[in-house]
Amino acid sequence: MTQPVLSVRDLEVEFVTRRAVLHAINGVSFDIAKGEVLGVVGESGAGKSVTGLAVIGLIDPPGRISAGQIELSGMRIDHLPPEEIRRIRGKRIGMIFQDPLTSLNPLYRIGDQIIETIRTHTNLGESAARKRAIDLLAEVGIPAPEKRIDGYPHEFSGGMRQRVVIALAICAEPELIIADEPTTALDVSVQAQIIALIKRLGRDHGTAVMLVTHDMGVIAETCDRVAVMYSGRIAEIGPVQDVVRNPLHPYAKGLMGAIPTLAGEDKRLVQIPGSMPRLSAIPPGCPFNPRCAFVFDRCRVERPEPVKHGTQAVACHLFAPATESAA
Amino acid sequence: MSDAVVPHRSEEGAQAPPGAGWFRRALDSDIFYSFRRSKMTMAAAIVTLLFFLLAIFAPLLSAQNPFDPAQLQLMNSRIPPLWTADGQSPFLLGTDEQGRDVFSAILYGLRVSLAVGVAGVVFAGALGIALGLIAGYFGGAIDSLIMRIADVQLTFPAILIALLVNGVAKSLLGNRLDETSTLGVLVIAIGLSFWVQYARTVRGSVMVEKNRDYVAAAQLIGLPAPTIMLRHVLPNTMGPILVIATINLALAIITEATLSFLGAGMPDTMPSLGTLIRIGNNYLFAGEWWIVAFPGIALAGLILSINLLGDWLRDALNPKLR
Amino acid sequence: MLAFTLRRALQAIGVMIAVGVISFAMFRFAGDPVSQIVSIDTSAAERASIRQSLGLDDPVLVQFGRYFINAAQFKFGVSYQFRLPVADLLKERLPATLELAVCATILAMVFGILMGVYSALRRDTVLAKLFQAVSLVGISLPTFLIGILLIYLFAVTLGWLPSFGRGQVVKLGWWTTGLLTLSGLKALILPSITLGLFQMTLIMRLVRAEMLEVLRTDYIRFARARGLTTRAIHFGHALKNTLVPVITVAGLQFGSVIAFSIITETVFQWPGMGLLFVQAVQNVDIPIMAAYLLMVSLIFVTINLVVDILYTVVDPRLRATVSRAS
Repeated sequence: MTQPVLSVRDLEVEFVTRRAVLHAINGVSFDIAKGEVLGVVGESGAGKSVTGLAVIGLIDPPGRISAGQIELSGMRIDHLPPEEIRRIRGKRIGMIFQDPLTSLNPLYRIGDQIIETIRTHTNLGESAARKRAIDLLAEVGIPAPEKRIDGYPHEFSGGMRQRVVIALAICAEPELIIADEPTTALDVSVQAQIIALIKRLGRDHGTAVMLVTHDMGVIAETCDRVAVMYSGRIAEIGPVQDVVRNPLHPYAKGLMGAIPTLAGEDKRLVQIPGSMPRLSAIPPGCPFNPRCAFVFDRCRVERPEPVKHGTQAVACHLFAPATESAA
Repeated sequence: MSDAVVPHRSEEGAQAPPGAGWFRRALDSDIFYSFRRSKMTMAAAIVTLLFFLLAIFAPLLSAQNPFDPAQLQLMNSRIPPLWTADGQSPFLLGTDEQGRDVFSAILYGLRVSLAVGVAGVVFAGALGIALGLIAGYFGGAIDSLIMRIADVQLTFPAILIALLVNGVAKSLLGNRLDETSTLGVLVIAIGLSFWVQYARTVRGSVMVEKNRDYVAAAQLIGLPAPTIMLRHVLPNTMGPILVIATINLALAIITEATLSFLGAGMPDTMPSLGTLIRIGNNYLFAGEWWIVAFPGIALAGLILSINLLGDWLRDALNPKLR
Repeated sequence: MLAFTLRRALQAIGVMIAVGVISFAMFRFAGDPVSQIVSIDTSAAERASIRQSLGLDDPVLVQFGRYFINAAQFKFGVSYQFRLPVADLLKERLPATLELAVCATILAMVFGILMGVYSALRRDTVLAKLFQAVSLVGISLPTFLIGILLIYLFAVTLGWLPSFGRGQVVKLGWWTTGLLTLSGLKALILPSITLGLFQMTLIMRLVRAEMLEVLRTDYIRFARARGLTTRAIHFGHALKNTLVPVITVAGLQFGSVIAFSIITETVFQWPGMGLLFVQAVQNVDIPIMAAYLLMVSLIFVTINLVVDILYTVVDPRLRATVSRAS
């Protein structure tokens, strides 16, 4: 096996508040290989975005990484001094946020924001950086980039702004792109274009992509592998076609049931009853147990660890080697 | 959307008397909790209360009535505070050039300052709330007229407006202006300077509330407009109004003090703290610092504690603003 | 853009007309224009004929029109106290007030912004907390008390600086300046601090609040995700976005500074328009009061207009919405 671009092991993130310590991420492990797109899916509050922020070192107090390790191409990057992680951000890891309307500073021309980023991470001079900025804008599909480079963010549509944000994320040829719900704030018609763009860029440059979303459709279309997160843990992870066609974890089953298909019109969309527990009230044992249709005694006391099951890994007692599958 | 929001005072709720239950709820509330947590606010509240008590019981606490010329003796003039070498009992904080006990003068001055401040705030509040209700409820031309005036007035500092009102009143009343009517003029001047904020706040909430279902229901059962506004709409604006009133009390006291300092406020015969500072300022160069220092400290302490109280109240009622 | 400017200019004219009406009402009804001219021993008949010649028997609207035309040419009548044209008095006092106001504003802006930025970026340091405490005291201490305190410290006790007046002034045409002599500059220090302190606390609080707000925005988070240096984020991105509203407020406050100079000028016996106005209020000199109101309003309205237009120049978003609306 070649070395993965990103390797996360037993990551834990906690937020210390006045009342309690909240565990936002609770033992998450995954790898992303060169050129691979990993989808991270789950309800809001499942810890998808926090995972992304932890990787790029943007967890602000009162939050902190309390355990585990993060490696970028074999180099450990958690607990780096602020100045060193700053040099990695934007250069080796690019990030795309959810809302392109608020991601760009409204008072600066987009060209200035791109050039500033390029010059922070490379030795290019002003004019070379400008040339590169124009090339980048062209690459992300902005028409007439040599003209638009001097525009202000408000002069661009939402989709175009997200393209600018993507250009900013890739301007130093990063090894890894973290895209945090990059299409949620956009029109449906634009969503597909942006997803296609991210996928193409990943393929062309051999970049690893971590695509955080709650849209199973996007995952099925774009990703090589998918991690299903629930309550700060990975419930199931595996190749996308396997997880989609044959989900193992009861939560993943419910989630896949929530994808409408043209073929199965007579099937009702499956709904998962209840909602994800708040961070302050995670039940003991498996966090999914109050909503699970297959729950049994062990689920209420013992936390399931991920186990290999074919190409997939699943954290559920139903698949634990010690137990015969019950009920 | 709107039917999910239950107004905290419906028709029935309006009749519930604010009695013992209200008090219990107040003790349990978040506001009281945050109040007890902040030592600074506690101190400010105690100091404010102390100032009010000193003002109310001034005649009992002071060594002399500083307004009564018969009690002033020139041989007692310019005595420094008690703890200095030349201090004399009973003049705790010394005396001024007329032999007036500075401590007594401060107590009586505090009375005048607080009376003008409170009355000014009440007047400004009443005027602003009334105009805000009218503007918000009727809308249209009345609304734009009132709000235009508010906009224009808001660009001018209160002190300028108060000075102008004062000057005009002096010109119109001439010699008929005695201590009591000066007091009235000051209250009006302050009221006219500070009504805008109340009007804007009340108008804003009236605009929001008047489209709610319960107001429509009240209209349907034939309640007259003033009743609806006073009983149903107004209570919802009480929180912000209380904050404005507290902060404005400090501003009103400053304004009165400034007017008196500038010689456009209370006369020497019935001095407020500002007047005392103006008088005392004349003796600063002669080294008689206590005549101006103690009224100044009293004024600053009063305003500071009211401001602290106002700051806390604003934060407690509106958690979004730090 | 042009339509926006035009609309704002029309609004400004509206405000000036409203103020003009108030000023006229004061001049005409609160004061007695005849007494400007006559002495005590003027007979009733003479007074009546003067009334006639001044046009005081004309319809009020005609009188208002006349007042307005005169005011537009800076003819404000004659002061009761000084028996001199009000316009001359104001013109003579204007430089003193403007120099004081400009100095105070510069002082307030420089220190207010520095302290505000510091206390936003180093929120939990002792110095930041000290600034916060000072700002509360600055807001709670009435201007005149600060003035008295400074006089007592630096003029009475230490004897370093003069306690009143403008010092020596130099004439430049009709303008008099205290900026060119040592005594003039020394005389300017205490009044400028007194006048600027309140604005400084205001600006400091505003800068701090705005900066904290800006630091929480998505584009700052994204700037960090792009790996920009802390310096570039704080002093490039955050500061620029902070200063747009701050400069607007500070600009608008310049009018208030001129009005507040009434107090400072009285404390320091500074020979400006504010002192003239206070003396007018004390002595019921209505023509000066009416004219001062008009003058200050004109300054206010002009500043508002300029700031509005400047704001659209600084903020590209507003420029867009403005041109779209027009």
